[in-house]
Amino acid sequence: MNAVVLQTAARVVMPVMLLLSLVALVRGHNEPGGGFVGGLLAAAGFALYGLAYRVDDARRMLRRDPRTLIGAGLLLAVASGLPGVLGSAPYMKGVWYSIPIPATDTVLKIGTPLFFDIGVYLVVIGITLLMIFALEDARDGDTAHR
Amino acid sequence: MIPIALAIFALLAALAPVLHRLLGRYSGVWFACVSAAVGVLFIRMAPGVVGGEAFTESWAWVDGLGVALSFRVDGLALTFALLICFIGAIVLLYTSSYLEGHTRLGGFYATLLAFMASMLGLVVADNLLLLFIFWELTSVTSFLLIGFGHERPGARRAAVQALLVTGLGGLVLLAGVVLLGLAAGTFEMGGLASSGITSHPHYEAIAVLILIGCFSKSAIFPFHFWLPNAMEAPSPVSALLHSSTMVKAGVYLIARLHPTMGGTPLWDDALMLLGGATMVYAAFLATRQNTLKGVLAYSTVSSLGVLVMVIGLGAAKAAAVYLLAHAMFKACLFLVAGTVADATGQKDPARLGGLFRIMPLVSVASLLGALSFAGMFPFAGFVGKELALKAGLAHPEWAVAATAATVVGAVFTVMAAIMVGIGPLFGKAGPDQGTPEPIGWRQWSGPLLLAGAGVVTALLPALTIQPLVLSTVVSITGEPYPGEVKLHAAELLWPPSTATALSVLVLTAGGALYAMRGLYARVTAGPSWTHGLTADNAYDRTIDGLGWFSKFATRFIQSGYLHTYVRATLVAMILLVAPAVWRSGGFEMPDAPLTLVDIAIAGSIVACALVVLFLPHALAAVAVLGGVGFIMAFLFVLYGVPDVAMTQFAVETLVVIIFVLVIYHLPRLRRLTSRTRRAFDALFAITFGVVMGLLAMSAANVQVPDPVSLEHAAKSVPEGYGRNVVNVILVDFRALDTLGEIFVLGIAALGVYTLLQRGPMTKQGGRA
Repeated sequence: MNAVVLQTAARVVMPVMLLLSLVALVRGHNEPGGGFVGGLLAAAGFALYGLAYRVDDARRMLRRDPRTLIGAGLLLAVASGLPGVLGSAPYMKGVWYSIPIPATDTVLKIGTPLFFDIGVYLVVIGITLLMIFALEDARDGDTAHR
Repeated sequence: MIPIALAIFALLAALAPVLHRLLGRYSGVWFACVSAAVGVLFIRMAPGVVGGEAFTESWAWVDGLGVALSFRVDGLALTFALLICFIGAIVLLYTSSYLEGHTRLGGFYATLLAFMASMLGLVVADNLLLLFIFWELTSVTSFLLIGFGHERPGARRAAVQALLVTGLGGLVLLAGVVLLGLAAGTFEMGGLASSGITSHPHYEAIAVLILIGCFSKSAIFPFHFWLPNAMEAPSPVSALLHSSTMVKAGVYLIARLHPTMGGTPLWDDALMLLGGATMVYAAFLATRQNTLKGVLAYSTVSSLGVLVMVIGLGAAKAAAVYLLAHAMFKACLFLVAGTVADATGQKDPARLGGLFRIMPLVSVASLLGALSFAGMFPFAGFVGKELALKAGLAHPEWAVAATAATVVGAVFTVMAAIMVGIGPLFGKAGPDQGTPEPIGWRQWSGPLLLAGAGVVTALLPALTIQPLVLSTVVSITGEPYPGEVKLHAAELLWPPSTATALSVLVLTAGGALYAMRGLYARVTAGPSWTHGLTADNAYDRTIDGLGWFSKFATRFIQSGYLHTYVRATLVAMILLVAPAVWRSGGFEMPDAPLTLVDIAIAGSIVACALVVLFLPHALAAVAVLGGVGFIMAFLFVLYGVPDVAMTQFAVETLVVIIFVLVIYHLPRLRRLTSRTRRAFDALFAITFGVVMGLLAMSAANVQVPDPVSLEHAAKSVPEGYGRNVVNVILVDFRALDTLGEIFVLGIAALGVYTLLQRGPMTKQGGRA
């Protein structure tokens, strides 16, 4: 494969994919999307970058160890169930706040399911990239030996 | 109040190591005093119990399962409780001298006291499930105690064997107990007797299961083989657990359940036959042993057989008396055996002699204990044996067989008694017999006390055991003992009866056998091919067979080849799913019309799948398989599930990427399997596909009255504040499921990461 074409494409496509993943995450509650798809899109972006360049470049782009992402995501997901308990409801009961946006008719509704979804998002990025980086590592290591 | 006794032992067990370090050499003496004090507590309950009442206390525990902390002290329980406390006290005292200086003595005390707590709990429990908990606890503590000398492989093997046999028996017992509780409607033993279980349809199953459990614990044939091996335990353990208390747990439960389950041919005959067989066979084996503890172990098995048989004959009084007598003389003899073997360094009774001169007090105890063991007048053993003989003679059906068996067993027992308790006292000291130092008071006081008790209870029954025996009879038969109570040794000797005559015969025959022991040993050795036919060997071969089978199964299933695993998974899935699918039926195509687009999609998927079969390059195969995934995602789009479609697209892309990264390392695809193998594989694959297809059809036709999805869709906006019902279900309605799923994903990813980090191992074991 022509490395230059892939690399140029990756440089352009990756930011778009990350942006798309964030959009998918946030709009998931009312439109098709959600934490799972968002995470996969983001991971796909990083994976593409890693394929085009070297794994370490993609790792640097991610800035954090995928395992940290997994842990943070799980923590966020577990914690998102606690506000319900504080309000003497069962664990995972959704707690919602309505924030009216000034100068418009719309009301922003933020709730604990959103944070749960963000947690899922982080976990999915983490697990996918953990596996893909480890595989890309093995590939890179192999070419180094050859 | 009753749980306080348990709590005392449990607390003492927990603190024993610390207390042992603080109190030093005589810690065991203090423990013995505590144990005796608890025994006195139980004696104080005696007046009420022998009057016919029973003390009961009860607290709720797990109501939903019918488990309650209920306790009952009646005659039977009180008898056992006194045995546990007082023989336990003697054993604790004895241990402080016998194991003096042992590094792990603190732990030994702790385990022994924990056992005493468990055994006590077993006999006072009034709830079947509570009793089972204590049952298993005694098995565990027994395992720890048998394996106390765990540096020796023999001790380890014996401990595991005991645990396996009694543990598996315990599982069978649990099944029986649960069935019994369900059939009777309660797990409280107080209410069982009146529930008419004997006419219940499940009665046979319950009886068999419970009897197997009890027989495994009480070493009744064919589960007898673990008890002689348990002699690997230190002598105090043998004296307390494996002669007086733990092994009698099975007998206890049989006696306890006799009013409920007894009276039927199945129960009574099983007890009589297996008990009688054990009695005779084990007594014979006892005479062929060449270690002190070996003789005592096999004769204990025989005595347990006597107890079981006698209960089966319906002679509760004989059982109660023999229970007490046996506990006294057997514990005494085990402690003596421990002292003798430890002091002289010689375990073979045939090579011991002249002990009377060397250790007079211990010898007196040994003599008295052995005479009681042999059933000589005027000892408690005599009373017990007389009553057992009378019970056999009095039985309407089985009088001849029972009496004959008892006589034969008793003859062997007399010979064994003389071998182990009387022979070594006289004559010359054996060649390899060491000369010991004087035996301390802690080692002879207990046996002497027990031996003395054997005399006192026979000559003064009214003051000592009569009330206890009579109340035990009430527990076993459900009614008070009718007729005259003759427990005095002299009362049973005169006027002479058939039983008395038989006793004289037994003693003479036993003595004669002992006198001819050389000839006897040669005659009974048997042909050499019979030497391997023991239950113990059968156990060994079973365990070895299990090991062989697991190695074979692992080699067969875990071959290291991916295609074996896939094959196995497919076959297993087919075998499990196919019958269910067949039974559910409903194999019609759904009513929906078939459009051109549907056919095109289905056709493309099938085409891709077929193409994959014939591609030579792994990379190409992966790409085409990815194509299958993409087409399926398109299907989702067509059917209006954009979320699932998007996820499918993303997953498919990433899977192809991952595959490419993995396949990078693999060589070109080669034909690795033979033609026939591939034909079989094709068969499996096609069958699997057909089964899955039928499953899909069947599932589509299943009519669920109220699909929950409708409710979810209705509540999505008002309660979930979201219009995307799929997402609302994932992160709100079923968030807990999703939480579990992401945890699983995390674990899987960490597993993959770890495996990839390791890399292939080089020949030296390092990483590549």
